[in-house]
Amino acid sequence: MNQLTTDADGPPGNTVIEVKDLSVTYRTQLGLMKAVDGVSFRINKGEILGLAGESACGKTTTALSIMRLLGANATVEGHIGLDGKDVLQMTEEELRNFRWKQVSLIPQGSMNSLDPVIPVGSQIVEAIRAHDDSSKSDARKTTEKLLSSVSIHPSRAKNYPHEFSGGMKQRAVIAMALALNPSLVIADEPTTALDVVVQKQLLLLLQDLKNKLGISFLFVSHDLSVIGEIADRVAVMYAGKIVEIGRKIDVLKNPSHPYTQALVNSVPRVFGNRRQLRSIPGNPPTGIWPTGCRFHPRCEFAFELCKQLEPKLQLSNSGSQAACHLVSQPERKDPGKQ
Amino acid sequence: MKLPEAQVQNAISEPSPILEIRKLTVHFQRRERLIGRKTTIRAVDNVTLTLAEGETLSLVGESGSGKSTLARTVMKLNQPTDGTILFRGQDIFEYQRGEDLKAFRKRVQMIFQDPYESLNPQSTVFNTVIEPRIIHGLAPDKDERSNIASRMLSMVGLDPNSKLDRYPHELSGGERQRVAIARALSLEPELLVADEPVSMLDVSIRLGILNLLQKLKQDLKLTYLVITHDLGVARYVGTRIAVMYFGQIVEIAETDELINHPMHHYTSLLLSSIPGTENPQPLVVGSDVDFSYSAANPPSGCRFRTRCPKAQDKCASTEPKLTELARGHFVACHYPLNP
Repeated sequence: MNQLTTDADGPPGNTVIEVKDLSVTYRTQLGLMKAVDGVSFRINKGEILGLAGESACGKTTTALSIMRLLGANATVEGHIGLDGKDVLQMTEEELRNFRWKQVSLIPQGSMNSLDPVIPVGSQIVEAIRAHDDSSKSDARKTTEKLLSSVSIHPSRAKNYPHEFSGGMKQRAVIAMALALNPSLVIADEPTTALDVVVQKQLLLLLQDLKNKLGISFLFVSHDLSVIGEIADRVAVMYAGKIVEIGRKIDVLKNPSHPYTQALVNSVPRVFGNRRQLRSIPGNPPTGIWPTGCRFHPRCEFAFELCKQLEPKLQLSNSGSQAACHLVSQPERKDPGKQ
Repeated sequence: MKLPEAQVQNAISEPSPILEIRKLTVHFQRRERLIGRKTTIRAVDNVTLTLAEGETLSLVGESGSGKSTLARTVMKLNQPTDGTILFRGQDIFEYQRGEDLKAFRKRVQMIFQDPYESLNPQSTVFNTVIEPRIIHGLAPDKDERSNIASRMLSMVGLDPNSKLDRYPHELSGGERQRVAIARALSLEPELLVADEPVSMLDVSIRLGILNLLQKLKQDLKLTYLVITHDLGVARYVGTRIAVMYFGQIVEIAETDELINHPMHHYTSLLLSSIPGTENPQPLVVGSDVDFSYSAANPPSGCRFRTRCPKAQDKCASTEPKLTELARGHFVACHYPLNP
């Protein structure tokens, strides 16, 4: 097996979940809308895959389709392999065992979805008992353990959500997601509404859980700095497709796709050299994807082929996989422009 | 080196201040619904700050630190509980004549965080941009109006031919924020207050807006007061950064000085928490936010002491004053870092 390819995929074996050719089409009033188009990745045991991208690029749709949580107006195609089974073929009964026990979800804004009139601990107890048949007192004990594992004193279990700070609520939601020892946790923008100090605490907590419990995470975020801190591997989505995927260091430090490059270079940094940054022209497309490479209208390196032919993911020099014609024709890149 | 307060004020006042905030306090009264008890939210507490002509001052802080309240009070959208704000030497809360207030409104403009909410959805781009000038009698000639509006749009990087007749829902987030900037600048203001100007926008759009603000500032010789929670944004646009905590300024210095030599433990905690692998700051472990304190009931003495790793007895008993510890670098801390 090609050594470099395995770098982009992560080490072989130990795969927790494998997503292959995932496509999601929504039926809308304006017609069919392919929100996710041919997305493939896998996540290994004890690994955090960061899924980065701007709004409407399909990252949340990807996350929700793994949980089979999309509405009736969505058609999901492809293969989501977990423990030798295809999640997309599971029956309702199988899904009940799969959700929360094998894969749990921290939805976007979920810290605000705690029930305001039920103590936080009771909500976790309820979540546990909805999925297995443990007794109330056992579930309480588990809840106390879970709360301590996310640095909340077990005595706070009887508090109501309004008595928690934003960071504590988010940690309680994480505790709930861990309740049934899932092998994979999907976290959709889990730190977005939090202040930077609380965000840092939460990222350290997730790292710690990953190391101690060997849990894998799919960490969805628009914030490249957060992804850069927490992820082991990174997938960058644009207009429903993964445009670059690989080890964090390859994708974020030495990006191969012009979109990743532009995105990395458009974040004003707090540290390091101060320099004039360039913005990416135009807007991210919504709904109607451009022909050929979907990034070509905004790409400073685009040439004729980019308008006609959609590039496939291929091994880049850095070791990541990038969907760009320049990866196979690097001489096209005008050095004067860089 | 500790200076008496009068001297501190002098030291903050660089030549020709455009805006002087003196001991500003803004409290809000809230009646709790069930109990009927009145609580006082101390949103801004005794803030003194001066903006020099042509500078960009960034106010940073966590949510609830009072930075937006401070900005809104500068805009005269809130009444102060105490203290004054002088714009070009005149107290903005003491204008006696309507025309003075109108002149102030023309000279100080604001752009808001959410361009999806700050534009009138029923108003075309043309009307949005031209309306302030009509109100202020700056576009009496109807034939001239489309010229003026076109010029404003070109200035913010929008094509007047295709955008003047559009409604906000037909524009992207970045385009909307550009329209909001054009509206704010249509009166040719001197001071622009920008409250989180890019935080609602997609990452790939943000830099376009920040670069535009930078260019306009140079071209039009503007002074900016920028409110942001993002230190990266503050550094990119700002000449100075003021850090707010619980309604007070805890540290203020030139941008690079503040980032490279933070002296307040809160600034240091903020900096060490910035995500990303290039962060050179050693991690500061602050205590958890103590939830028994709030803007209605801040801690005694130094308000950061409940989370500060270096807090001593004195911090609970005595409130530290903002003191100049290095040239232009003011810190409110009894035990500052690397003084």
